[in-house]
Amino acid sequence: MTERAAGASGTRRLLLALLLAPALLWLGLLIILPHLDLAVLSFRARVAPQQYAPSLAQYRSFFGEPLYWHVFLRTALMSALATALTLLIAFPVAWIIAKLARGRASALLFVVCLIPFWVSETVRTLGWMILLRESGVLPAILVHLGITAQPVELLYHDATILVGLVYTSLLFMVVPLVGSLESLDNSLIEAAYDLGARGSAILRTIIIPHAAPGITAGCIVVFMLTLGNYLTPTLLGGKNSLWFTEQIYNQFITRFNWEQGAALGFLLLALSTAMVWLGLKLSGQRFGDVMRRV
Amino acid sequence: MSTPATPAPEAAPDLAVRAVTKQFAAHVAVDAVDFSVARGSFFSILGPSGCGKTTLLRMIAGFLQPDRGTIAIGGRDMANVAPNKRPVNMVFQHLALFPMMSVGENVAFGLARRGVARAERTRRVDAMLERVGLTGSAAKRVDQLSGGQRQRVAIARSMVLEPTLLLLDEPLGALDLKLREHMKVELKQLQSAFGTTFVYITHDQSEALVLSDHVGVMNRGRFEQLGTPQQLYYSPASAFVAGFVGANNRLAGTVQSVDGALVELTTGGGWRVRARPSTALATGAAAEAFIRPESMTLARAAAELAPGQSAHEGEVTDMLFDGANSTVLLKERSSRIELRIALPQTGAFADLRPGQRISFGFDPQRAICFPAVQH
Repeated sequence: MTERAAGASGTRRLLLALLLAPALLWLGLLIILPHLDLAVLSFRARVAPQQYAPSLAQYRSFFGEPLYWHVFLRTALMSALATALTLLIAFPVAWIIAKLARGRASALLFVVCLIPFWVSETVRTLGWMILLRESGVLPAILVHLGITAQPVELLYHDATILVGLVYTSLLFMVVPLVGSLESLDNSLIEAAYDLGARGSAILRTIIIPHAAPGITAGCIVVFMLTLGNYLTPTLLGGKNSLWFTEQIYNQFITRFNWEQGAALGFLLLALSTAMVWLGLKLSGQRFGDVMRRV
Repeated sequence: MSTPATPAPEAAPDLAVRAVTKQFAAHVAVDAVDFSVARGSFFSILGPSGCGKTTLLRMIAGFLQPDRGTIAIGGRDMANVAPNKRPVNMVFQHLALFPMMSVGENVAFGLARRGVARAERTRRVDAMLERVGLTGSAAKRVDQLSGGQRQRVAIARSMVLEPTLLLLDEPLGALDLKLREHMKVELKQLQSAFGTTFVYITHDQSEALVLSDHVGVMNRGRFEQLGTPQQLYYSPASAFVAGFVGANNRLAGTVQSVDGALVELTTGGGWRVRARPSTALATGAAAEAFIRPESMTLARAAAELAPGQSAHEGEVTDMLFDGANSTVLLKERSSRIELRIALPQTGAFADLRPGQRISFGFDPQRAICFPAVQH
């Protein structure tokens, strides 16, 4: 009897291990192992050809070289700005989908938000370039309307990078927001209205506190995606983009300085972790609650 | 159709609804409804689900605009007055307490919106929580309270704003039976303690009868009858009211003869019943008679029935014991129509068994006959 029970639990354990295997292999081989290797790389310096010694030189050069930490700070601030803008734009969209549109209209609006993601990010970004470059569609329209005398270059500005980043991130903000707004009981809004609250007070006291886990989830996802984005800032910002991922790319690919690249990569990881922690602390949310919303 | 029930109040009534109509596409939800509620009284709107009572309440609260007609609260016309500007507060069906706030913050919510200073707010919230018997609960979370306590928080949250009118949208619906009975009494006591005018909507006739000074019975967007609970119970104005308010035995048939103040009805199975007509009924007209279970008396033999009662005979099918509300189900001998008759409290007929023959009778004056409703 006990033998059979032990056998059954053994089978179950084997089954569980098999089911978890792909995820564990993926995590171990593609995430943890390369990171361990990069960590080792980042803490050594080349002393002679083929000769390496443990050193903090890579991290020291980051703080010593103004370009590195200027770009680092700029990337963090621009990402925070892009996240805030995405939230401002996504909130009304999510409100319409969750509360105002009914049935089919709601589903249709959701699909409209999703459609851009059927196209690869590269193609989408190239689309922006066609619209915004000096010989592109939008400058031509501006000339045609008499707003500018000459076609202006709309690419390679910080604003252009922000537009591209917000556009790419919108869906990742809308999805958790719709989820958290849909679960808000309409009678709470009516009750607040009935008790004398105006629209702004209802937003501040009822809607935002209720949607806080969704807002935090969306902001974390969008911030991390933006911070780690390479394609959009590089293509839309050109040489002026000064995005930190570009610096990492340069170290690995152009300068073949893997040690420096690994150190920059770890600094970026530390930055995004710190920002997520800060965001959770400021909004008073718990990580587990927030991640269930994504 | 409706009996003049609301006594003319000296001052303007707290609520005056005049010819209010609301239509959703082809469906008329509220159809030319007219009533007023005197200051300090408890008024109920009673009707089955889908009768338009919620629509009516939402128009009074301001969440919906009437297509036609006027609503005046405290003598002031409410056209184009938003819900947050009306001297009205509402207790929602599922209470709609704010889960992100403590009990105290819930009660203080309306005061904060009015810009009442924090210290004054705390004082008034504490005083209000004391009045509803929740002293010291201000710091609790809403989900730490029992159903009855939440109910009281919802009332406190509205009453702290001292509204002219408190609207209640079936607030007892979500409670279990025992608690509902308890809250019914509590609600009545709270209303008389506050002296505020309550407008209460419900589909539960017992709630409406127990709580209200006046009740409007609503069906298909119209008021069938407006009156005191006693008027609704003892002199229903329509077959719908007779069937909806309180337990009743319904007998459908045709008018056989008209004899002064009484008519004689022949039911489906050929049973002849005498009843008092509510309006003039012609011979041959389709009609419905209603007799309350407690209006009928049982007897071992027809001779034991009081003189003046019409005597009938039936066969017991079931005994339904329910304490003071115990009844016997029996089938009338000729027509096999099922009737429910109250058992006397003396226990005289407690030994009845299914299959037994028994006599029963009733005063024809207490059987009310209406023209049959066309469905």
